[in-house]
Amino acid sequence: MTEELPHPYEKFLRKDRIPHIWCEGCGNGIILNCFARALEELNIDVDKVVVVSGIGCIGRVSGYTNTDSFHTTHGRPIAFATGVKLANPELKVVVISGDGDLFAIGGNHFIHAARRNLDIQVICANNFIYGMTGGQYGPTTPLETWTTTTPYGNIEQAFNLVHLAAACGSVYVVRWTTLHTRWLTESIKKALQKEGFSFIEVISQCPELFGRYNKMETGIKMMQWFKEASEVQHFSDPAKAEIKPNRIVVGEFVDIEKPGYGRLLKEMKAKAAEKK
Amino acid sequence: MTTTSTSVEKTSVVRSGRRFMSGDIACAEGALAAGCRFFAGYPITPATEIAEHMARRLPELGGVYIQMEDEIGSMAAVIGASYAGVKSMTATSGPGFSLMMENIGLAAMTETPCVIVNVMRGGPSTGQPTMPGQQDVMQARWGSHGDYEIIALAPSSVQEMFDLTVEAFNLAETYRVPVFVLADEIVGHMWERVNIPQADSIKIVSRKKPTAPPNNKFAPFKPDADLVPPMAVFGEGYHFHATGLTHNERGYPRTDSAEAQTQLVQRLCDKIRRNKERIIRVEKAMLEDAEVAVVAYGIAARAGLSAVRKARAKGIKAGLLRPVTLWPFPEEHVAHVSRRAKGIVVAEMNCGQMVREVERAAKETPVIFLSKLGEEPHKPDEILEAIEEVGK
Repeated sequence: MTEELPHPYEKFLRKDRIPHIWCEGCGNGIILNCFARALEELNIDVDKVVVVSGIGCIGRVSGYTNTDSFHTTHGRPIAFATGVKLANPELKVVVISGDGDLFAIGGNHFIHAARRNLDIQVICANNFIYGMTGGQYGPTTPLETWTTTTPYGNIEQAFNLVHLAAACGSVYVVRWTTLHTRWLTESIKKALQKEGFSFIEVISQCPELFGRYNKMETGIKMMQWFKEASEVQHFSDPAKAEIKPNRIVVGEFVDIEKPGYGRLLKEMKAKAAEKK
Repeated sequence: MTTTSTSVEKTSVVRSGRRFMSGDIACAEGALAAGCRFFAGYPITPATEIAEHMARRLPELGGVYIQMEDEIGSMAAVIGASYAGVKSMTATSGPGFSLMMENIGLAAMTETPCVIVNVMRGGPSTGQPTMPGQQDVMQARWGSHGDYEIIALAPSSVQEMFDLTVEAFNLAETYRVPVFVLADEIVGHMWERVNIPQADSIKIVSRKKPTAPPNNKFAPFKPDADLVPPMAVFGEGYHFHATGLTHNERGYPRTDSAEAQTQLVQRLCDKIRRNKERIIRVEKAMLEDAEVAVVAYGIAARAGLSAVRKARAKGIKAGLLRPVTLWPFPEEHVAHVSRRAKGIVVAEMNCGQMVREVERAAKETPVIFLSKLGEEPHKPDEILEAIEEVGK
């Protein structure tokens, strides 16, 4: 008989919520694992961590982390997180959500939170489609790929998320795939310690929907694609980092210092209190 | 549970005394007096002055004013701040109110104490931004999808913009529910004398807190006998989860259980319905022997009162019933009045919204409806004419 081994990051997970709803081969568990590992390695006070997510497969992540957590309406996790962070700056507020949630319905909140340099971390699981609703195309679906609503092939240009985040003013912008777990963990750790708005894009596999429609019907096949196509290039031009079938540029794109919203807010409050 | 803030904090917060100010500013001052320290909003006529006043006052009191990218984000931020433990609000008008509906549903579902001020202007759509309206009464009640109950208050003076905003926070904190202040452009922009009470005479209510220390069995949505769950906030160590999905008392999603759906949604309705008598407030004038009752709220009620006085001078037994609480609707009060009255006159600045509730409660008693759209509110004589018609 095999003994049940405790999960190494058990204390960061809600055991009473397992099994999770994610499909076999899905990349979401890898992202959750890297996030838990980052919390562990930084020895962060988890009482002060709030995980906020939107709607979609990865949106369920906030229900699995053993932290304070909130599962918002579709597209609104960043706007919700804005209220949390400003009301209590002591909290570490991490948004973990999907490409459709953050960049289609929630795109406006993303660009403005990045512009404000709000002190939060946004981790985006980019699986190229709307998974929860069965695999429709979204703002990151690559040209000429197949989904349930692009039966003749996708004719829309895809967002290059790292370029978008950099242009909006994010102080830290990285992209990894679910294959780059060590790098991803290190980047989450770095983001958690950075002042201002950090953006981490994780190219993640959805073998059930994106994979099946594009001749990569298992998690392994999709990760093989990530392995063959990805090129680690730190601080390359994010404008030239569009995702192509044969080339996924990964690495750190932006790492700059700029006063965070919280610091400026604190200074402004002090000024206002003096005037009174 | 009632708590009183320290007097030191309050003296700097509450600008007690007789003052002359606009309704929008009185609303902002009422919010600050009630303990509001977070405002997220988006500029919109005729509610902008509330935002401007909060932008100046909140930072000096250690609070936060943030101008969001739209009203969708504003409402989401208000919920976030409330869950971080800070009394929060937003202020808007029709078009922004429409955008807020999505997250007003989230606030109802996650039982978030918060206040939404709607200084109503003429709609639909962009409508008449600088003109008054009372056209969002039904939207306030039914605007977000699904079943839920909210509370809505209708101020009819600058004084009430202060008083009812305080009351709105107290109700939001008591019942963990979004509370609306449904003002209108006239009440918002009008300047009147306001008596701001001494800080220690203002009743302030704060949400119930869990009594047990953090533990891994904590059920954030387990109600007390009053059907309202005590509220833990982020950062206290409870590690709780909240979601817009149907959830159990632990806060965990239950998307395929009829029992969970019934239990939760019914309780969201019942916590307001069963406490209706404690929530509802009406103003009554000369109703004891009234044969004709005018039912009106907000700015329309002022003309209503004046018409009733004129009718009395002419020997007609008229009276005014003014719902201060629009939702839950004071139907028992209307029913009571209708038993004696020959007829009821309803005056609203819309094409007929609250009148439907009045008709439902008045049963057999005839109801005359006076609609009014555009710049000017009802004239007392217009209402008087209807009173005379009914009183014949």
